[in-house]
Amino acid sequence: MAKVKRRHFIRYIAGTVGGLAIGWSLLPPRQRLTPGDPLPVAPGQVALNGWVKISPDDTVTVVMSQAEMGQGIHTSLAMLLADEMDASWDRVKLEQSTLDKIYNNQAEILDALPFQPDENGYGKRAARWMVAKIVREVPGAMGTGGSSSVNDLWLPMREAGASARAALIAAATDTWKVPVNECRAEAGRVIHTSGKSASYGELAARAGQLGVPKNVALKDPSAFKLIGKPVKRLDNPGKINGAAIYSLDMLPPGLLYASVKMCPTLGGKVTRFDGSAAQALPGVRKVVKLEPYAGGLASYGAGTGGVAVIADTPFHAMRAVEKVSVEWDHGPAAGLSSRDAINALSQALDKNAGKVHFSHGDSEGAMKGAAKTITAEYRAPFLAHATMEPMNCTVQFKDGAATVWAPAQGPAFAVNAVAGVLGIKASKVKLIIPQLGGGFGRRTFVDAVSQAAAIAKEADGLPVQTFWSREEDMTHDYYRPAFVSRHKAGFDAQGKLVAWQAATAGSSMGAPSFIDGSSKGAADTGYGFLNARVTHQGTDSLVPVGIWRSVGHSYNAFFTESFIDEAAAAAGQDPVAFRENLLKDNPRLLRVLKRAAELSGWGQPLAPAPDGAKTARGIALHPCFGSVIANVAEVSVGEGRKIRVHRVVCVLDCGFPLNPNLIKQQMEGGIVFGLSAALQGEITVEKGQVQQKNFDTYAPLRMRDCPVIETDILASAEHPGGVGETGTPTIAPAVANAVFALTGQRLRSLPLKLV
Amino acid sequence: MLTIKINGQDTAVNAEPDTPLLWVLRGELKLVGTKYGCGQALCGACMVHLDDEAVHSCVTPVSAVGTRSVTTIEGLQGNEADALRHAWTDIDVVQCGYCQSGQIMSACALLKKTPQPTDADVDAAMNGNICRCGTYPRIRAAIHMAAGSR
Ligand code: FES
Ligand code: FES
Repeated sequence: MAKVKRRHFIRYIAGTVGGLAIGWSLLPPRQRLTPGDPLPVAPGQVALNGWVKISPDDTVTVVMSQAEMGQGIHTSLAMLLADEMDASWDRVKLEQSTLDKIYNNQAEILDALPFQPDENGYGKRAARWMVAKIVREVPGAMGTGGSSSVNDLWLPMREAGASARAALIAAATDTWKVPVNECRAEAGRVIHTSGKSASYGELAARAGQLGVPKNVALKDPSAFKLIGKPVKRLDNPGKINGAAIYSLDMLPPGLLYASVKMCPTLGGKVTRFDGSAAQALPGVRKVVKLEPYAGGLASYGAGTGGVAVIADTPFHAMRAVEKVSVEWDHGPAAGLSSRDAINALSQALDKNAGKVHFSHGDSEGAMKGAAKTITAEYRAPFLAHATMEPMNCTVQFKDGAATVWAPAQGPAFAVNAVAGVLGIKASKVKLIIPQLGGGFGRRTFVDAVSQAAAIAKEADGLPVQTFWSREEDMTHDYYRPAFVSRHKAGFDAQGKLVAWQAATAGSSMGAPSFIDGSSKGAADTGYGFLNARVTHQGTDSLVPVGIWRSVGHSYNAFFTESFIDEAAAAAGQDPVAFRENLLKDNPRLLRVLKRAAELSGWGQPLAPAPDGAKTARGIALHPCFGSVIANVAEVSVGEGRKIRVHRVVCVLDCGFPLNPNLIKQQMEGGIVFGLSAALQGEITVEKGQVQQKNFDTYAPLRMRDCPVIETDILASAEHPGGVGETGTPTIAPAVANAVFALTGQRLRSLPLKLV
Repeated sequence: MLTIKINGQDTAVNAEPDTPLLWVLRGELKLVGTKYGCGQALCGACMVHLDDEAVHSCVTPVSAVGTRSVTTIEGLQGNEADALRHAWTDIDVVQCGYCQSGQIMSACALLKKTPQPTDADVDAAMNGNICRCGTYPRIRAAIHMAAGSR
């Protein structure tokens, strides 16, 4: 089956690039130093390549192709460039990149290809190579997602820094007429052995004239000054004094506000509406009907229609939109309940196990010959992103051109969406991306962007901020899909695990089928199963679904790591020892597992909770996004059978740790995000309408329920893996496994509830 | 027309009296450091001080402010605020930052009332502030650090 997928995939690629000449396909992937159009510069400023500009006052402006949504990526990327450049860290400023092929995110797409880790045949290598080239060439492949930014930019940002440094040294040697080997760079200056020196600002103009140098060497890691160090975030100051600007805070002159009311039924639309009562209220400019706008990336979720009120203040808009009376066409989801939808996934698995995504040995045969088998069914619900900053977008459409202020994870998607709605060329759309108040995958989808463009069309050239209430945001998300997974394990007479089978059913998170990552985390477990088969059945969904922090790993790690724990119990073995046996050929995972056991005091007695309740530990281990993570959770049961998590030990191997401080921050954030979902996260749908509307019924974790989190980063020289999503998948199974150790009860549905 | 005291200045406000203070700040006065997160007193993104008390500006009608002075994140000053901002930076608390104005307003009100808070005090004072990025462990550490440094 894997072969079939590959062929399908290569056909897709061939279709995409069908018009390209054969000769092109033999060239290596394109360079990423010099953009198609030169960088825009201020007077006196010099661009040394596509990633860095220098001003006469020595300010080093680093170009950011990725969105900052809390993950610290701006600080991390600037570190890469500044270190190689020997720039002065306190002169570094950041600027958003333009749309250019050199900024396309290659790793995000390559990592999503439907290959399993053990595959390294011709098909995989050829496909990756082709895609790397295509990602270079196609517009629209910029994006922040898949925990891929550092993975993708580790070399390009460093090369850009090293190239700039070499250019500045060349300018100095050219000016002073001295040999290169008598000059060095340090903290924003080039220094000659004689003691003579010049600042980067002074050298920039000459460096710019001399052009981009050839054959530039990167630093040896032992020479890093910033890379690998716990450098503080560059965005701290504005985020503690109210000065940081998010998309909702943009205040272009003449700004109007639009509040939106969408059909409460997912996928519904307006039949007719009466805006007269709203129109009569103070400050109201216009009442507008909204067509359903799709998120763009999703296979499922055509968008939901509604109405909007444009007014002079946000409050006037919000108050008035409630007064618009609307007759809805509730559409095909009108009868939908999430309970039925999830039961249907289970029934789908009754019929067949789906397509094979991974196969090793003969799992059917081994299962038949097993002395003992166990089976279990697991379930994961729909989840909302609930970014702290609700969905919004500001658009000004004037004289045939648009300016857009949007919290966008996929800039080109946003630009194309606006261009499409307004009927203008993408080159007529200027996109400004401020700070993002959280993303978690939601802001890859451009439904709100398209809506904002449609609303701006009605505003006579004035800018309009379209903003969703929390209620609209929560009830019109692209939800993490619900999934059901069935597992079977077979043991021989000695209790050894000889066969492993997993079959999942659920909807793809919105990628075209060739990059369907639905079995990410189910197939690539890292365990050396003797015989294994992982299948997946893609199902249709009337609930719009989309990528959600850690994507397929968010549920597959729960399924896999819970069932491994069940298998250990069935074999009568300690959960850590059982996993160790399966990892004999995987030293990377084994090292993380052992360190987590050691740091958590695995196997040693555990103190009771502060109120005297019994406690227990549970462990989970998982490779994802090029990294490996283990969590050990310590839990107890409190009043009302409430599961409480007191402490989490987190061990991470993320390859070379670019900034240990930011990495730990991401582990904490990922664990809290995952724990919110594990203990309290559930979106339910009745009659096609999402039942949770605000933070009372879709309740993220709060301070008092937040465990102590201790993170240990294992040193590694490997290429950096992802960290933004890596922290999320393991906490749910670690807690479920701890609950089992404590109570003997195996919780197989999320969120975890003891009854 | 109402006049209320905001960040030390008497400020004329055009909005209707039932307008939530949050929307007066953000919409009319362009003080956008105070954030909207839920509109229902559930998340704390909109926290401001009325005198020294932390309140949810999203559910406080501007007419209810009366003679109390409003302090927003932009105008927050003093020993507690300085100590908190220092600790916030030192510990690298923020991630996306969207909730952080509200977190700091709540933390500052706590320290003004309880200069040496226990963990239980922190739990109680910060319970109204959600952070989707999960900065809670660092917020707790930063509050203790700020308390210890004064
Ligand atoms: S916006 Fe006021 S508490 Fe959430
Ligand atoms: S820092 Fe992002 S919500 Fe708190």
